[in-house]
Amino acid sequence: MSTTPSDISRASASVPDSSGRFGDFGGRYVPETLTRALDELTAEYGKAEADPTFQAELDELLHNYVGRPSPLYHAQRLSEECGGAQIWLKREDLNHTGAHKINNTLGQALLTLRMGKKRVIAETGAGQHGVATATACARFGLPCVVYMGSEDIRRQAPNVFSMKLLGAEVRPVESGSRTLRDAINEALRDWMSSVGDTHYILGSVVGPHPFPLIVRDFQSVIGSEAREQSLQRIGRLPTTVVACVGGGSNAAGMFYPFIEDAEVELVGVEAGGRSSQPGDHASPLSFGQPGVLHGSYSYVMQDEDGQTCDVHSMSAGLDYPGVGPEHSYWKDTGRVTYTNCQDGDAMKGFDALARCEGILPALESSHAVAKAMELAAQRGKDESVLVCLSGRGDKDANEIARLKDEGERGT
Amino acid sequence: MSVIDQLFNDLRTRNEKAFMPFITAGDPDLDFAATVIRELATRGCHMCEVGIPYSDPIADGPVIQASYTRALDKKTKLAQILKMLGELPTEITMPRVTMVSYAIVYRHGIERYVAEAKAAGVAGAIVPDLLVEEAADMAEVCRREDFSLIQLVTPTTPRERAVRIAESSTGFLYYVSVTGITGERTQLPPELIDNVGWLREQTPLPICIGFGVSQPEHVKLLSPVADGLIVGSAIVRRIAEASERPRENVLREVGEYAATLLEALK
Repeated sequence: MSTTPSDISRASASVPDSSGRFGDFGGRYVPETLTRALDELTAEYGKAEADPTFQAELDELLHNYVGRPSPLYHAQRLSEECGGAQIWLKREDLNHTGAHKINNTLGQALLTLRMGKKRVIAETGAGQHGVATATACARFGLPCVVYMGSEDIRRQAPNVFSMKLLGAEVRPVESGSRTLRDAINEALRDWMSSVGDTHYILGSVVGPHPFPLIVRDFQSVIGSEAREQSLQRIGRLPTTVVACVGGGSNAAGMFYPFIEDAEVELVGVEAGGRSSQPGDHASPLSFGQPGVLHGSYSYVMQDEDGQTCDVHSMSAGLDYPGVGPEHSYWKDTGRVTYTNCQDGDAMKGFDALARCEGILPALESSHAVAKAMELAAQRGKDESVLVCLSGRGDKDANEIARLKDEGERGT
Repeated sequence: MSVIDQLFNDLRTRNEKAFMPFITAGDPDLDFAATVIRELATRGCHMCEVGIPYSDPIADGPVIQASYTRALDKKTKLAQILKMLGELPTEITMPRVTMVSYAIVYRHGIERYVAEAKAAGVAGAIVPDLLVEEAADMAEVCRREDFSLIQLVTPTTPRERAVRIAESSTGFLYYVSVTGITGERTQLPPELIDNVGWLREQTPLPICIGFGVSQPEHVKLLSPVADGLIVGSAIVRRIAEASERPRENVLREVGEYAATLLEALK
């Protein structure tokens, strides 16, 4: 991590501070019961970061097990279709388990072993983090319980099946909106009782300190590779970097290594859902305000009493009322521009990538693809737009068929 | 000196312990909450914890979660809860404290929350997701307003940290009996009595034990080491029946249950 103070942007890469603050955002708002485990995790991560054998072991896994580095692919036909800047795809969809989530779960599984914890729990929305956690736990022989909202179990059925095949127990969550937010609540409740012998592998850059730091660092392999690959393949840094933002882990990993490259425009794309009306979208950075949810202070969709609002996205991985605190910091410092993309436009991005390039993106990543196409169309042919293609769309095939069927029938 | 300090001073002088039931504001509705508070006071309960329903309560087990959900489904708002508390008859001298998530306090504004709660006759707040490290702003406002900010120590809290928490807590110190979420338990951890005994030697602050406490045997076991006992889920579970059964029956059963535990405290 660079500790050089930046004079090219107000956003520093030297965050968070020791209390987990990214500017005003982040911190730790959890029951006292969890404090000791969070302190242990912070200490163990600090030791691991400085330990060459930990880094070597993780690098070996990322290379030979995950298949890193993931390719940087020039989407020429898609670029021609848009008629502007060149679109480049960072192919996290080609990772083992089909998304960027495995970068984090392997790192945290190694931390689990270092801390001597015997059991792993996780939450999942789209199921990609659940599959990646189940995979890491199978690889290291750790028992694994994944909490998943029953609405997400319905719309991401292939991933539920995969998790079970990998030996994980999937526990349906029936409370609240039965989506990612409720799965995080249940995982935290499990951890309240099991914290002595269990590690919670949180899947995004959300939650109490040190999770936003740890997950960002493990995901930063995306941006570090992409930055290097851009210099080699494009000959310079990209004009613009685009990533989708739910909790924001792929975007944090993609953006972080570019934070001090002031000439690179960074664009985060939230789920615009059906409309900008409350309850119709999942875009706290676009429409919410700072507040407390799931252990940290960040932008959130809340009512005037501080109750978390229901949100909507067709994409289970983005269907979340909060966002990682570092994104709130990047928003308020102006370093990253946050925008949103509605369900229908994301579906067009999905179709375009499928037809022009033969790639089925995840519904989450389709939001970034659609916004990248829009931005590319406005720019010159010598400019470049780098997109984090965070996951593949096989898991979504049935849900997409259902959504298209609904669309055709006008319901 | 706050009313909570006064309460524990009086109890310690008489060598008595406090019984502190918890209820959810708004389940099944706020009128019944006011009725239950009156009943609990009449039975001789020493303090009442009023749970402000929250959409994402991670320290709470299924019983309290479900009651919060029902209260929120009925669109129970903070302003209405404070209004109900503010309109309680003055002859109810039993102190009330709110159990409230920091998500709610922050959104409402710390100063405004403390001022409005105080104006509604509330003596303090337990904010279960506000750790001692993050509590400075709220602690400052509470100190200024003589509004107790009751902090929690748990079985996972290292001892030096427990001392630090005790030093910054006001009113009393909430000792969480178990590593886990709220809910009735048949067995409490065997090390509980030693842990609370140790803590008593570190702080002059009254120590009250909650989480899992629900049976007269628990009360008998714990009252020698504690200044007070907090019972939540066992009360909330009984009150929850008021949506399906005659309210006067439910009210009587809640009162009788409280009386049983009060008797065990003697």
